[in-house]
This record gives sequence, C-alpha cells and structure tokens, in this order.
Amino acid sequence: MQKSLHIDANKCTGCLQCEMACSYENHGVFNISKSRIKVFNFEHAGRKVPYTCTQCSEAWCMTACPVDAIRIDAGTGAKAVHEDICVGCKVCTIACPFGTVNYIAETGKVQKCDLCGGEPACADACPTGAITYVDADWTGLDKMRAWAGKTDTQPRATA
Amino acid sequence: MKHVIIGNGPAGVVAAEALRKADAAAEIVLIGAEPEPAYSRMAIPYLLEGNIDESGTWLRKTEGHFARLRIRELQARVVSMNTTQRKLLLADGQFETYDRLLIASGSHPVRPSIPGIDLPQVQTCWTLADARAIASLAKPGTRVLQLGAGFIGCIIMEALAARGVELTVVEMGDRMVPRMMTPKAGGMIKQWVESKGVRVLTGKGVQRIAPAGANPGLLDRLAQAVGVGAKSEASGLTVTLSDGEALGCDLVIVAAGVAPNVGFLENTGVQVAKGVLVDSRMQTTVAGIYAAGDVAEAPDLLTGAHLVAAIQPNAADQARVAALNMAGREAQLPGVLAINVLDTLGLVSTSFGQWWGETAQNGGAGTELVDSANHRYLSLQFKDDVLIGATSIGHTEHVGVLRGLIQTRTRLGSWKDALLKDPNCYMAAYLASAQRAA
Repeated sequence: MQKSLHIDANKCTGCLQCEMACSYENHGVFNISKSRIKVFNFEHAGRKVPYTCTQCSEAWCMTACPVDAIRIDAGTGAKAVHEDICVGCKVCTIACPFGTVNYIAETGKVQKCDLCGGEPACADACPTGAITYVDADWTGLDKMRAWAGKTDTQPRATA
Repeated sequence: MKHVIIGNGPAGVVAAEALRKADAAAEIVLIGAEPEPAYSRMAIPYLLEGNIDESGTWLRKTEGHFARLRIRELQARVVSMNTTQRKLLLADGQFETYDRLLIASGSHPVRPSIPGIDLPQVQTCWTLADARAIASLAKPGTRVLQLGAGFIGCIIMEALAARGVELTVVEMGDRMVPRMMTPKAGGMIKQWVESKGVRVLTGKGVQRIAPAGANPGLLDRLAQAVGVGAKSEASGLTVTLSDGEALGCDLVIVAAGVAPNVGFLENTGVQVAKGVLVDSRMQTTVAGIYAAGDVAEAPDLLTGAHLVAAIQPNAADQARVAALNMAGREAQLPGVLAINVLDTLGLVSTSFGQWWGETAQNGGAGTELVDSANHRYLSLQFKDDVLIGATSIGHTEHVGVLRGLIQTRTRLGSWKDALLKDPNCYMAAYLASAQRAA
C-alpha cells in the first residue's frame, strides 16, 4: 500500500518542528531555510498552513528534467531528485506548478520532498498530528492533492 | 500500428515512452540524426563546465532503456517524405514506412549571413560534436567573442566563463535576453555579468569576421603595436562590430537564435509557418502526422498567437499529448505557456507567460519591485484579477507557483491588490487563492 503525507492545517500551531526535522534529516543541521516543507503563516486569518510536494502523478518536474535526475522511488512512489545526476539547470523549479521544487545555491542542485524514503521526518516531528503519513487512499481522494480544499473550513484571508 | 518518431531529443523520447505506455503492442521507431545516444542539448553547458561527462547529458541513464521498452532506435537523417505512401526517405537511400508519424526534429542554430561566419574558428554550440570542438578550442585565457546574448547565449556564456576564457558578448538587442526579460531585469543581468568580468556590448552587431592580419582594422593594428593583440596571432580572428570597433579574438561562438528543422517537409502538405503548425491535439495539417517540441508551432495559452516555444517542459507536454492521440486516445493541450529559467554566472532569473503585461484599456495592471543592492527583482503582470506574466531575479523559492497561477487562470480576488502592494507575497496568494488554504 502506497502512503502519502496528509496535512490537516487546522491542527497546525506553527511550531515549525516539521521544518526543523526536515532540515536535520536532509542537511544535518537545524536550519529551517533548508527545509523542504514550509509552514505559511496567514496572520489575518490566524492560520498556519504546512505545504510541501504532493508527489503528483503528472510530475511536471520529472518530465521537465533534461538529464533523468528525477525518478520515481519504487518503494514510496515519491519523485526523488538524484543529486549525483542533477546538473542544477532549475527547469523543474519553474515547471512544477505547485512551487515545491527549490534550487539550493550552496549545493548547486534542486531539492524537493522525497518522503524520507518512507519515514517522513516531518510527520514524526509534528506534535499535533497536523502532518501524518497515511495510506494513499485513506481519504478516498487523489492523494493529498486535494488536501487544501479539504481543510477549507475557515474564513478566507483577505490580506 | 507502426509509430515513427523523427527526432530523439526530449520530445521524441517522451513521446516514444508515452506511446509504449498507451499501447503495449505497437511498433515504435525512434529516429535520431546524430551518432550519439539520445541526449539533452540543455545539458551541454554543464558538460563544458566540467560538471558532468558526456553520459551525464544522456536523456535516459538506464542501460538498455529503449530496448526494454521495445523502442527501436534508428540513426538516420530524414531527407524527404511521401505522405500518400506514408514513407520516409533517409539520407542513406533507405525508406522507412509509418502508420502514424511524429515530427520532433527540433531546431538548428542560425548562422547570420556575415562575411567570415564559416571560418573554422567560428563555432555554434548546439550538438555534442560542437561541445567537443569548443572544449578543445576554449582554454583558460582564450579570447572568445560570443555573438548573441539571448536565452541560449546566456547559458553558453556561463559555461564559457567557467572555462576561464576572456569573454566578450555582443548582442543586437538593447539588453541581455531581450525576448525573456523586462528592460529593467535585462539591465540588472548585464550589470551582474559585467561585474563578473565579462564584457557585454548591447545594441551592436557583428559586421565582419576575418583572420587576424588579413585586413586589420585601426584598433587591431594599434593593439598589435602596443603588444596586446599579438596573442594567438597565427590562428586569431579580427571581428568588426557594427560601430566600427575591431576586436581580436581566438574563437567566435554563434548563439544568434535557432530555427525549426523543417527542410524535409517541403512539398508534403504539412504546413509550416515558422515551425510546423499544429492544433490542440498536436496534429499537423496532414491527418496522422503530429509534431511536438522545438519544431512545433502552437497557439500561445494567453495570447492565442502561434509560437514556437523551445523549452523542455513544453516539449514534454506536447510530446505526451501527441503520443496519446497517436495511440488513439483523446488528449488536448489548450495552449503553450512560455516559461524560462536562467542562471547567468550565479544570478538566477525566471520569466513566465506574458511578462511584458497587458494594456490598461484591456484590463492590464502590473507592478515592478526593484532591489538593485541585493540583486533581486520581481515584476507581476495581471489582466483583471488573473496573473498573466512574471519576471524575477534572485528568487529560487516556490517560483513554480507563478506558473501555477498563470496556467490555471486563478482568480486572485483581493489578493491582486495585496500583490500589487507587495509582489513578494505570491506564495501566500497562491496558497490562499489556488489551493484555498487560507
């Protein structure tokens, strides 16, 4: 059974444990600017929204890659960047319409969520259950692409 | 059903794979003209920089990838075709028949008609063979003049600079990357590149290229007299610019644009404007013949104007749609969205859609945020409350949502005013309006 990240923004307190955990897992440092998951703060609506790659089936990042550096992980189904192959051309960062592939200048490569090989550090770190790693069809929706619509129970922010 | 694909670049390869996925039994032939494995031209700059070897440019890295998918690779150049008999004539005199055909023949670099353009020290930078030639010619200290500072020119420039050459770039337009960047952004890129030691001459053309000493201009003679122009005297060139300036150099790289490979389509009924005209199913004017990638000319998503969008994400999208239709499935591409990303010596820039904006009487509005000190720039362009175009410099976080907002024509509502006031909040605007997350 393939699993995916399930995000319930209503449970997010904005503690940023997920960003810390992601950064530590992937870069060995607690530096939230390196995190692949980001929590967005909508002050007016009093809402925190964690956001990362949905591992979408279209995978524009993957077909946009000119050197076959983004591939589907057979175990998790994640679209994973192979850093040894990535040339840092950044085409995936503009091809992904969800904005979840980012270029890291220090490494000269792009990075995106790869589900930590099946044990997502962000979900482990989340103290409120806002981020969980669940069976992909647990919600009966097309993975977590619809996550945001599902959490649409709060008044709109109007900036 | 026999599918033949002309061209084994990204469009050809994606189409072949999509065809196999859609039809397990079909015969698939993938024709490539160069004596190389299917590779990506986009990766050539990284090869020249020494970041990767040639195998790093290959589109598919797994051994036996195409054989495993029962895709027959054929090295051949198509010279003409008969659409009635559904037959391709190859350069070696052989024929190849097809039931459905995909034209994914890509494009070739244009050599402007300038005296001396065919001299051996004048190189294009397009194929692996070109890359090998440039690698042997462009050594640290080599004086290189690059003709053209468009999108491709800027990518090549990065690779040349990394090789330690002494680089001068000549661009006819009034700024760098004039077809992708706003005047302000193009100016910022020029400033940055100049600060990295590249000489950039905009608003100028090359009038003549000649072997040095053949008929030296005044400046060249002066330079030689004071001993600065004597380097590589034997093999050197003198390049005369449109304003009369004469520059000594060892190598000229031509990056003055590309043109679709459509020569073999003459008298076939496949209609060609600049590229091969296609409908939303990527079908050409001849039934059963499709086109995708740099050779195809399709309507722009926003303006409806036909354009050739020579970018890999577009090639992949078009190839997938063409392949599905070739396999008898229903698929359409509503239009092409032009998107680009560029790294000029460490300065990252992007452009999306109708970045030049829309007139006020047509509901257009826009904003431009300039932070020269930090080399950051952001321009957002709207029509009514929908984002239609964007240009950025120095933004590498979540830039993809600019595509998302434009492509899905998301109504921004009150977020439009928020963006006009602070364009930097585009990610929040995206989450709130496209993902309804706040």
